[in-house]
Amino acid sequence: MSKVRVLAGTKKGAFVLTADGKRNKWDVSGPFFAGWEIYHMKGSPVNPDRIYVSQTSGWFGQIIQRSDDGGKTWTAPGGGQQKSPQGWPMGESNKFVYDAAAAPLTTHQWYDGTQHPWEFKRVWHLEPSLTDADAVYAGVEDAALFRSTDGAHSWQEIPGLRGHGTGPAWQPGAGGMCLHTIVLDPADPNRIYIAISAAGAFRTDDGGKSWKPINKGLRAPYLPDEDREVGHCVHHIAMSPQRPGVLFMQKHWDVLRSDDAGDNWREVSGNLPTDFGFAIDVHAHEPETIYVAPIKSDSEHYPLDGQLKVWRSKTGGNEWEALTNGLPQQNCYVNVLRDAMAVDSLDDCGIYFGTTGGQVYVSPNAGDSWQPIVRDLPPVLSVEVQTLP
Amino acid sequence: MSKVVLVEIPFHLRTLAQVNGVLQLEVSEPVTIRSVLDALEARYPVLCGTIRDHTTLQRRAFLRFFACSEDLSHQSPETPLPEAVAAGREPLLIIGAIAGG
Repeated sequence: MSKVRVLAGTKKGAFVLTADGKRNKWDVSGPFFAGWEIYHMKGSPVNPDRIYVSQTSGWFGQIIQRSDDGGKTWTAPGGGQQKSPQGWPMGESNKFVYDAAAAPLTTHQWYDGTQHPWEFKRVWHLEPSLTDADAVYAGVEDAALFRSTDGAHSWQEIPGLRGHGTGPAWQPGAGGMCLHTIVLDPADPNRIYIAISAAGAFRTDDGGKSWKPINKGLRAPYLPDEDREVGHCVHHIAMSPQRPGVLFMQKHWDVLRSDDAGDNWREVSGNLPTDFGFAIDVHAHEPETIYVAPIKSDSEHYPLDGQLKVWRSKTGGNEWEALTNGLPQQNCYVNVLRDAMAVDSLDDCGIYFGTTGGQVYVSPNAGDSWQPIVRDLPPVLSVEVQTLP
Repeated sequence: MSKVVLVEIPFHLRTLAQVNGVLQLEVSEPVTIRSVLDALEARYPVLCGTIRDHTTLQRRAFLRFFACSEDLSHQSPETPLPEAVAAGREPLLIIGAIAGG
């Protein structure tokens, strides 16, 4: 019988939640890396027991952890030694150094409008390769894309993105200037989509050598040029692997879709009660069925009227229905962050999301009803799910 | 020439390096913050980048260096540490700022 493994990254550690295909009895293990912020953890589609973790701390910086047994044990792949030019053995990984030789370290816009140098802070998102368990991409703050081809021992920047030329116009969102979304195209290994707050979405069609902004149709009210090429606060992008090229986006404001690989976007917020939010995902088997978790903003960042609702569209947007069965409908003031929603690929598609209140919810029936897997974790930063044989 | 130096690192770094208690490190002379950190990172490579930046070697902002009741955080990493530290009688304390949520 199939089973599922949910990977929950929280503000104070990582948790692994497992259940059989019925998804109603759960085993919880963790916390792993207790006390550290786990921005993201994700398993390799090639070898599901290979899990990569971004472990980060304002005190101690960035660590990458890896499991090769489905989350039972962990190692920091870069904990090994290599020779430095001076002869001292040095750590191999956990080292994200911008490739200044390939793309000069220029500046980006700072909050006060001045220019600010690129400084590495943390890894927001890890995206394992679809074809090689040792290959994994990392989206980092300040925004750049890195890749490892040796199982996270060492990391090299893909400099074409940062060197795109619009960098001086990129600016940090409230959470920093982060590359938070990486979408790999299963039909074209040279095509990758990424998103940066607040620069926008970009696409490469040549494996990362060159990138183009794909923000046509996104609007940035209050800016002098509302239709500018970059400067958009994209919160997340989702794509059905069954239908590459059709993308769904939750922007700071607006839910949008593109039917041409991001070349053009149109708003599909429709009857959503608020089009602000962070998370968005697509049903595993129905590429026109999408999910969002609308949040009240500006700055409140909790559900409208204290009622936690996931909204589902079965028409690829515009027409939305509220999903509330099993979710708290009073006194609920949590947020659902951008990487905190996921879907499994069982026949009855399961939908999962985590909250800043420490709950992880599952719907084993595509959103019709929900139940908490856990209620009292630290604030949940990310949720991924693996469907296992 | 080298000396055995005592070093105490924060709880989270002890966990990361899978060590307990005060560390004893063989450090090349002169015994400075830089030579101690070189020795610490050589022995426990997973700590590279956690105390000082990988590239600039600047101390991470929320960490401090103390020894013999003195705050040594702002002195040059090339400055010789107190004789009691170099002689292994007193530890170099690497302390995480007591702040945050």
